[in-house]
Amino acid sequence: MPIVFSLDCIALLLALSVVAMSLERRSAATPVIYGASLLTSVLLLSAGLLHLLDGSAPAGSTLPLGLPWIGARFRVDPLSSFFLVIVNLGAAAASFCGIGHGRHEQAPQRVLPFYPAFLAGMNLVVLADDAFTFLLSWEFMSLASWGLVMAHHHQPENARAGYVYLLMASFGTFALLLAFGLLAGPNGGYAFETIRASHPAPLFAALVLLLVLVGAGSKAGLVPLHVWLPLAHPAAPSHVSALMSGVMTKVAIYAVIRIIFDLLGPPVWWWGIVVLALGGASAVMGVLYALFENDLKRVLAYSTIENIGFIFVGLGLAIAFRADGFEVAAVLALTAALFHVFNHMLLKSLLFFGSGAVLGATGERNMEALGGLIHRMPATALAVLAGCVGISALPPFNAFASEWLTFQAILLSPQLPQWGLKLLVPAVGALLALSVALAAACFVRIFGIAFLGRARTEQARTARETDRFSRVAMLGMAALCLLAGILPGFVIDAIGPAVQGVMGSHMPSQSRVAWLSIIPIAQSRSSYNGLLVFIFIALSATMAVLAIHTLASRKTRRAPIWDCGYPDANPAIQYTAGSFAQPIRRVFGTLLFRAHEEITMPLPGDMAPARLSVTLHDVVWDVLYAPLAGAVGFAADRLNILQFLTIRRYLSLVFFALVTLLLVLAIWR
Amino acid sequence: MALIRDLAVQGAQMCLVVLLAPLVTGLVRKMKARLLRRQGPPILQPYRDLLRLVHKDAVLAEDASWLFRAAPYLIFAATWVAAALVPTFGAGLLFSWSADLIAIVALLGSARFFLALAGMDVGTSFGGIGSSREVMIASLAEPAMIMIIFSLALLARSTQLSTIAEYMLSPRVGLRVTLGLAFFSLMMVGLAENARIPVDNPATHLELTMVHEAMVLEYSGRHLAVIELAGSLKLLLYISLIACLFTPWGLAPAGADWRVDATGTAAYLTKLIVACAALAVFETTIAKMRVFRVPTFLGAALMLGLLGTLLLFVSRGL
Repeated sequence: MPIVFSLDCIALLLALSVVAMSLERRSAATPVIYGASLLTSVLLLSAGLLHLLDGSAPAGSTLPLGLPWIGARFRVDPLSSFFLVIVNLGAAAASFCGIGHGRHEQAPQRVLPFYPAFLAGMNLVVLADDAFTFLLSWEFMSLASWGLVMAHHHQPENARAGYVYLLMASFGTFALLLAFGLLAGPNGGYAFETIRASHPAPLFAALVLLLVLVGAGSKAGLVPLHVWLPLAHPAAPSHVSALMSGVMTKVAIYAVIRIIFDLLGPPVWWWGIVVLALGGASAVMGVLYALFENDLKRVLAYSTIENIGFIFVGLGLAIAFRADGFEVAAVLALTAALFHVFNHMLLKSLLFFGSGAVLGATGERNMEALGGLIHRMPATALAVLAGCVGISALPPFNAFASEWLTFQAILLSPQLPQWGLKLLVPAVGALLALSVALAAACFVRIFGIAFLGRARTEQARTARETDRFSRVAMLGMAALCLLAGILPGFVIDAIGPAVQGVMGSHMPSQSRVAWLSIIPIAQSRSSYNGLLVFIFIALSATMAVLAIHTLASRKTRRAPIWDCGYPDANPAIQYTAGSFAQPIRRVFGTLLFRAHEEITMPLPGDMAPARLSVTLHDVVWDVLYAPLAGAVGFAADRLNILQFLTIRRYLSLVFFALVTLLLVLAIWR
Repeated sequence: MALIRDLAVQGAQMCLVVLLAPLVTGLVRKMKARLLRRQGPPILQPYRDLLRLVHKDAVLAEDASWLFRAAPYLIFAATWVAAALVPTFGAGLLFSWSADLIAIVALLGSARFFLALAGMDVGTSFGGIGSSREVMIASLAEPAMIMIIFSLALLARSTQLSTIAEYMLSPRVGLRVTLGLAFFSLMMVGLAENARIPVDNPATHLELTMVHEAMVLEYSGRHLAVIELAGSLKLLLYISLIACLFTPWGLAPAGADWRVDATGTAAYLTKLIVACAALAVFETTIAKMRVFRVPTFLGAALMLGLLGTLLLFVSRGL
């Protein structure tokens, strides 16, 4: 039953997209389309949540579309329903935010038709139950989001972003197409049911793994396939960026889990090594990119890469443990990864809403042009602060709980028998710890530069608080982050069925543990209680305030800044985003980014200012993509002559091609 | 009855750490002064400073936001909660299971997050310099700390502090290379985290060298008092942590009667004095290093921690 209901809702979204096309120039279109999307998302969310929590059996449905001999199959099982919750919780918040934020949109007709279609595409991917439907929905999702990326296509960097995104998305789908081709085998069993029953040969399974990591990994933003992400995600309107970063990357994670854990059959231990290494590299590279970036939305996009890396480390651990038969540990690692999926969806949506509010209020995405927004936009600042604390994985917020679970899983890994894993896992643990600490630095930098201090420009000085809908959406997400952080046991229990569906077992029930602690293995081994930590912090802070205010002084005077005796009223004297990152750039940037600082000093007596210029190289781009683009360009130049042949030559080319193909076929048989 | 007893131990611990924290600072200062053949301030001077500060008006810069006023209390609360969960005289803390070692370190991370933000709130260049250097130091010190935790947790098969302390007291522990590496690494991290020489100088107000002091430059009155107290608490926490992990002798086990607790307290006080003396001697014999040497120092701590962990991964079961 829930599957039919969900499909109805998705059909409604598709219909909305058609309605949006006809409504495009009306002013009422924005609230109507976003309101209807919100309603549909809430319906889908409750359907997913109900199915996840009541533990009903997987239900399927076949529509007479698609490939004639299998039709379009859809199915909802606990894993799909968990991701249904992820997709639609994010979608509901983004739609709510869109009701207010979408009003600032200059060309709503470029956003509104694609928006419900994008939501429908993501839902369809999660529900698809055969390879054809899956790929079709995947491509539909990519194209709809591409339309949204191109919403502001007049800006040249957005046009470039759209171009790179289209290339990478097509390439990713191509890889997935090949992966499903290998999975289906020569008999063409495209239904997931058939694929699940037949296990491919080890060589093919390894190929499928690599193709999935390329195909879904590029959509999720794994290093080194991430290059499109920081271009494309920020180019879209902010609430759509929230969807792309917070939700669409999770759909890619879904694809990885569905194929590698569910369809591909029993894993081999070295798969874990590949996934762990990619995850660790993404985590550290992502956050370092973020630290050296000044564009607010691009920082958030890079931070997505870091968090995706974190999730992939969890998945890699789960694969390694599962391959070696350590079920408890594998379940713990997968639960941690799914928990982080949930947390990152909340946090990244919240932060992108915040960046949209800042963009709407000041017209600026560059941090260097902001400052002091906490005075002008108090609600936004509070929500973004919660998001920054959360995403830096600090207690009592939510991402700490999933980080903690991941560390607990790492601590179980000395059991693994293979030497490769024994050496890699602690190194990846160190990389994760490094990326978490750097993330805190990154988000101190964002919040400190954009929201604290004094306004650096006129736009920042005259900023106004954002609209009511965006504020409610942000504060609501912030509250959910805190709630998931202080009551992690309930989230873990809700994830349980999804893990059970994939692994065959789940973590022990956490919500019944005394005092609502979480105890992944045993009380004597480790436990964490977000609720008590939160209460203790709140109590001790209140006690300190009360004690000092009643027993001593509570008088406050306002005075000019002191600044060690050298106050300067010019806001330009403040630390900038670039100077804040300078120590970290010196420590980490010289190796990974070939960061180079050059100071031009004026001659003595010359009043010109000294200038500091910093050059950073994107090593991934230089090493991987630039040669590739060069090679493609070179080949295109060489093949260009083929466009100017006579008809005789074309005919002979066709003839030779035909003969060669027939020969190949003859030899193959 | 047992509950009331545990609650009393936990309460005593919370009060003890707050009351002892300024004493530790005063003790270190006095010993350092004596080593330099100066008279030095009285040991109780930090208490007087705190009292004087809380009774003064707090002067706020005109551009300070609510975050600037809330941050000291949040920093203090997070540090205090963390300090209350590290066993000092007895292991039987009622709430010790609510946060394990990873969570305690993360709580200190929360405190630092708000301290760094507070440094940037008024919009001064010194605040920015302090915050930026602090997060750079933390970005290496925190992973090093996590690696130390990994080493200890793999040995004791637990991240709970009380369990690790019990393990260290048991005869199973033996002499291990990993423990030595973790000990040295923890010392280095502790120096960096507490803004001590050679990473930072707690006594300096020379602008270009300060890190911690630069962040709190705009604070005054009760806010400054709370931040100073939080700083002392953090030093006490690290000393307690090292004492509890590497010299857990005399630690009263859970459910012991008050006489054992009294010996535990005496042992703890002795350890504190020894640690203060060691810190004072170390700080007087070494020079502060340049800011950009700090990453090398902490990188060494991180590598020691990682090496210790790797050794355990490799040697397990051999």
